[in-house]
Formats: sequence, structure tokens, C-alpha cells
Amino acid sequence: MAETTGNKFVIAVYVENKFGVLTRVTSMFTRRGFNIDSLTVGVTESPEYSRITITMSGDGYARAQMLNQLRKLFNVKKVELLEEVDAIERELVLVKIKNDPDKHQRVLAALDIFKAKIINYSVEALCIEVTGTPDKIDALIEMIRPLGIIELCRTGIVALQKGGGSILEQPDIN
Amino acid sequence: MKLTGAQIVVETLIELGVTDVFGYPGGQVLNLYDAIYEAGDRLHHILTAHEQGASHAADGYSRATGKVGVVIATSGPGATNLVTGIATAMLDSVPMVAITGNVPQDLIGRDSFQEIDITGITLPITKHNYFIHDVNKLADKIREAFRIAKSGRPGPVLIDIPKDIQTAVGEYEPKPVDPPFPQHIPSDEKIAQAAALIDSKSRPFIHIGGGVIGSQTEELVLELADKIDAVIGCSLMGLSGIPTDHPRFLGMQGMHGHYASSVASNDADLIIAIGTRFSDRATGNKAKFAQHAKIIHIDADFAEISKNITANVGITGDIAVALRKLIDSVHEANHMDWMDHIEDLRDKEASFLMDPPGVLTPLKVMETINKYKTAYTPVATDVGQHQMWAAQYIRFQKPRKMVSSGGLGTMGFGLGAAIGAAVGTGEHTVLITGDGSFGMNLNELATAVTYHVPVTIVLIDNKTLGMVRQWQTLFFNHHYADTNLDVRRTDFVKLAEAFGAVGVLAQTPEEFEAAFEKAMASDEVTVIDCLIDKDEFVLPMLPPGGAIDDIITVKKEV
Repeated sequence: MAETTGNKFVIAVYVENKFGVLTRVTSMFTRRGFNIDSLTVGVTESPEYSRITITMSGDGYARAQMLNQLRKLFNVKKVELLEEVDAIERELVLVKIKNDPDKHQRVLAALDIFKAKIINYSVEALCIEVTGTPDKIDALIEMIRPLGIIELCRTGIVALQKGGGSILEQPDIN
Repeated sequence: MKLTGAQIVVETLIELGVTDVFGYPGGQVLNLYDAIYEAGDRLHHILTAHEQGASHAADGYSRATGKVGVVIATSGPGATNLVTGIATAMLDSVPMVAITGNVPQDLIGRDSFQEIDITGITLPITKHNYFIHDVNKLADKIREAFRIAKSGRPGPVLIDIPKDIQTAVGEYEPKPVDPPFPQHIPSDEKIAQAAALIDSKSRPFIHIGGGVIGSQTEELVLELADKIDAVIGCSLMGLSGIPTDHPRFLGMQGMHGHYASSVASNDADLIIAIGTRFSDRATGNKAKFAQHAKIIHIDADFAEISKNITANVGITGDIAVALRKLIDSVHEANHMDWMDHIEDLRDKEASFLMDPPGVLTPLKVMETINKYKTAYTPVATDVGQHQMWAAQYIRFQKPRKMVSSGGLGTMGFGLGAAIGAAVGTGEHTVLITGDGSFGMNLNELATAVTYHVPVTIVLIDNKTLGMVRQWQTLFFNHHYADTNLDVRRTDFVKLAEAFGAVGVLAQTPEEFEAAFEKAMASDEVTVIDCLIDKDEFVLPMLPPGGAIDDIITVKKEV
């Protein structure tokens, strides 16, 4: 197993938008013993590519290996490490909590602090949506946990580099 | 022109220069085999006894010739039988293309008869693979597969073609063969760093791997070694890259490497590793490997730099360009003290060699093979003690003559690989095998006999799984758990005869020499059953996890 302790980092991967490519990427993680904290995937500005955003923890060795092994995959177009200071990271969470009228005040206070909104209201439950950095999402979840979470679903991180450039324009490292 | 998918496969293979393919027919490749039948003499198909044998044959063909080896199998069990062969090729970076049939696309995903997700199964053991959805893209996918297989660091590629694609009619136009993908050109800055490091050191050691043979840079390695006064060692995969008798060559390093080579790599102040990945078998304990040395690592695959051993300078891309630039950048040097030290190590190594007279020993078998083989004879091996004895004692003069499974260590590799090597080179090929390994895929004797493939099989028969026994002797209190093969009653001479081959028993050095000389002069497939002592050791031995100080050079009483 590769070392999985150490710093958390985010990797953006442009892959060909083709059948089975995500499997190729995830198969490599298993084969090399990498542990993934989160993974998101979706089409990009150009329909022939998908963008995969991976967060994982590891030391410098694990990080270098991960980048190199990703770059070797045939359907992978571009791999970039997104340094935290240079990147904008967002995650979305949907949380379903019990609709308990006695606790409405506490719910609304929490929603206000985190700029969250109720997107579905029923007699039994409230569904809350919030977007933010992973830290903010963690904090929200901890705050509303005592109110009775029925279930929740996080998207995992999506991230872009700050500034005007695209990672596709950056030179390959060799 | 309009052709069926099956015909497109055959025409594209011929277009790519393929002359020989190994394989085994079955339900989902019937159309493909019909197209092979129609192609007649233009494509030579060799039917093996088992798909695994076909995969090793394609691999051995490639190792011995440098061309892309091709294997064909049907869906389901045909495809899964290729898995060990594909993994073997992957671990040793052998360019190979495997073509499998699959059930028609409308039956995919329904657990249809002989349906298996072979692209899923082979994901981690191929450089790339394809499932073909469109007959009009079939030819280009095959071309791309060959290009990927042979470009940069080579490797196996699998193409899974469902039956409906084989029967569908599509457009095919011949195209000129694409050159390999261009490789990264090492920067002058990196070369300058490496050159400065080389110029500052006085005990240089060049460690080569299979990448030197793959990139045909043997001459450049020798030129560099001459200019900077370095000695050369190698991994198992690097064997035959440098002539065994070359004065700068110390032989294989590592777990069962030559004493002088392993010790010199430990005493060096600079290791220049070329086309190699610092396998644990080559380095021993990584934490203690070449502790006094700076490392320059040159490889086609950038992911190998600092993967196993941290490099002080990593140079990736075209090995030939890197070496040319490096030779032109370094200063000529003479390291008298280092060469004196190397001579001492060679003398010490020679003193360890003990060989009882009159008894058939592994060393005598190997020396006899050396006497009768030519510079062009491919020598294939299986895996185990016999493989290490071959690695230590067989003398090579030309590259690509050692055909051996290194990374995966695949017992059962040898016979198929020897057949592939003999078909590819047209040379009478020697297979050195053991009774354990040979027992795994000896069915391919049928193939060798059927196609009159000139193979002489030297069976190092110690009636035990010798390498495992050696470990049991050294580390498991002589508990010979399931390694004794003398309980088997296989008569290898009769077995050879039953397959239509020649079988000979050799119990003395004289018997072996007579049998081997005769076998090499004949085009008949010959099995020479060489009875040796079951407690012969492969020495020296660097114990697992051990460092150079732990090296075992002489066998103590066991």
C-alpha cells in the first residue's frame, strides 16, 4: 500500500469522454494501492473530454506516483495538481433531516449561517442544499447532526485553478 | 474496399507486417479463423495446445525478434487463458497484441455462453485495451494497438472483437505503417546535470535492464562505459544486452546475481541505471541499496523515475538520444583504483565456484550448452533454479537471446516462449527448464512437434521444486512442504516419445554432452532429462530483504 497519511491534495484530470475511461482511472488506483477521499466526474467545456477531480491524502512519494501513473494512461489528456492556495474548491451536499416543528428555529439559524436553503419540504422531512468548501460542509453537517439527519449525500470536490488560464495550456512535465 | 470485420483484422495484421500469429480457435472467432483460412500463405497461424501456450509463444516471438507478437483466442475461457501470458508480457514490457472474440453485442451483459468481460479483466495487465463497437473503426484500432504496443516503453494491448463486428461489413483501405509515437527528448539541462555528476565520481557502475535491449542502445552503453571507465551489471531482463565476455561486464546483479556485480554496485559511488526499474530482485533491501552512490536513472517511462529507488538525476524519454548526448557531454576518465577493486572482486567470485568432477551439475549443463550453441541461438527458460543457473552461466554474444520471464516469474512460460522464439528467428532454440515448470505447460510439445519447430529442451530434473526447496532449507527448517516431485512417476523420456519428440536420459556429463550435441545438430524436438542433485543451490544468494553484507556465497552443510 502506498502511504496514505500526509497532506490532502486535489488532482484535476482531463480524460477522453469515452466508454470505460473512468474504470481505467479507478483500476489504476486499486492496482497501485492509492486511497481516494473523493472523486467527481463530468463533461467539460469541450464535449470530447470529461474532467475528473480527485482528492486524496499522501506524502510526496504518493503524490508524484499518482500524477505519473495517471499521465501514463492512454485516454488521459492532462493531469494537474491543484495547489490549495491556487485553487477554488467547492462541494455540494443534500441533507435530509426530520421535520420537527420544535426545532425549526435551530434549523433556520443553521441554514442562515451556512447560506443553505430548503429545497424540499414535507411533513416528515426537510431537504437542505448547501454549497461550499469541504470544511464548510463538514461544519454544517456537525451543526445539524443533533437535529436528526435521515440521510445525506455529498458530491465530492470540484475544483478550478484561480486566474485566467486553463490547465490544458500548461506544459507537460517530464 | 468493403470487407467483413474478420477480413479487416487479417488484412490489417498483414498490412502491419505480421507474418505469424499464435492462437486457438473457438465459437466467437470462427469468422476470424475463416478469414485466416482464406488468407492462405499470407498469414501463418500456429495452433498451440492451449491458449496460455499461444500467449507465451507470441511473447517469446517478440522478445527474440523485437517485432510485435500476436495471439488470438476465443471468448470466455479462451480469453481468460491468455491472462497469465498477457501479465507476463506486461511485467517485462514486451510488445504483444492479443485479439479475442466475444459474443455478439446484443448478448453482451447477459452472461451468455462463453461471455466474459476480458477488457475488464485485463485492465491492470495491459498497456491499453479495446472493445470494438464499430466495424468501420476496427482497422484503425488495430493500427493504434500496434503503435501503443511498440511505442516508448512497450507492452501488451488487447483487442476484444464481438462476433457481430467480425461478420459486419465495413470499409477498409490499406495505410502505410505508422512509426512509433515520438518520445520525449531529454533536456540539455538534465544531461548537463548527469554529466557533471559523472565527471565528479570515480567508481561508476552502469546498471542496465530490458529497456536497453528494447531501445537497441547496447553499443551506446558500451561507448559510455568506455569513455567514463565504468563497469556494467544488469537485471535479469538486461541479460544478453552486453556480451557476457565483454571485459566491462560483471553479469547480473541482485538476489542471485554475480558476486562481483552485486558487490561492485554496492561499492560504487555512482549508479547509472538505464532502461530498468530497480526491481526488488535486482536491488535487495532498497533502504540499503548502493548507499554510497548517487543515482542517475534513464528510462523511457517517466513514472519509473524515483518509483523504487530515488534518483538524483532522472532522465526520461528517448534512451538513445539521452545516451548520445551524455557521451558527448562527459569527460573521458580513467579510474585505476576502481578497476583494481573490480579485479579483486572478480578473483574472489572465481574462488567461490566449486564444481565436483564427474557429476552432472547445473554448471556443467550450462557450460555444455555454451559449447554447442551459437551467438544467434535463443535460450529460453522457465522459472526457478534452472533459470538462475542459466542467467549466471549461459554466455551471450548477441542481444535478444535470453528469453525469460522476469517480472512475473511465470512457471510454464518456457516451452511456449521457446516455440515463439524459434518461429520468429528461424534459429534452433534451446529451452532450459525444470521438472516443476515443464510440468505446467508441457502440452506444447505437441505444437513443437506438429510444426517441426527446432527446439532442444534441457530439463534440469532434480525431482523437486528446487527454488522453493532452497528457501525451505534456508528459512523454513527443512520443512519440504509440497515441493518433493519424486513422488511423481513421470517418465520424461517416454513422455517426449509419446508426443512424437525424441527423449534422452542424461545422468552423467558425458551422456548430456552426447545428447545435446546430437539434439542441436538435428531438427527434431528433443527432451534431454538431466538428473541432478535435489540439494543443488543457486548461489550466491542475497536473502530476501537482505543487503550486500548478508550475501550467501558458499553452501554450508544442509
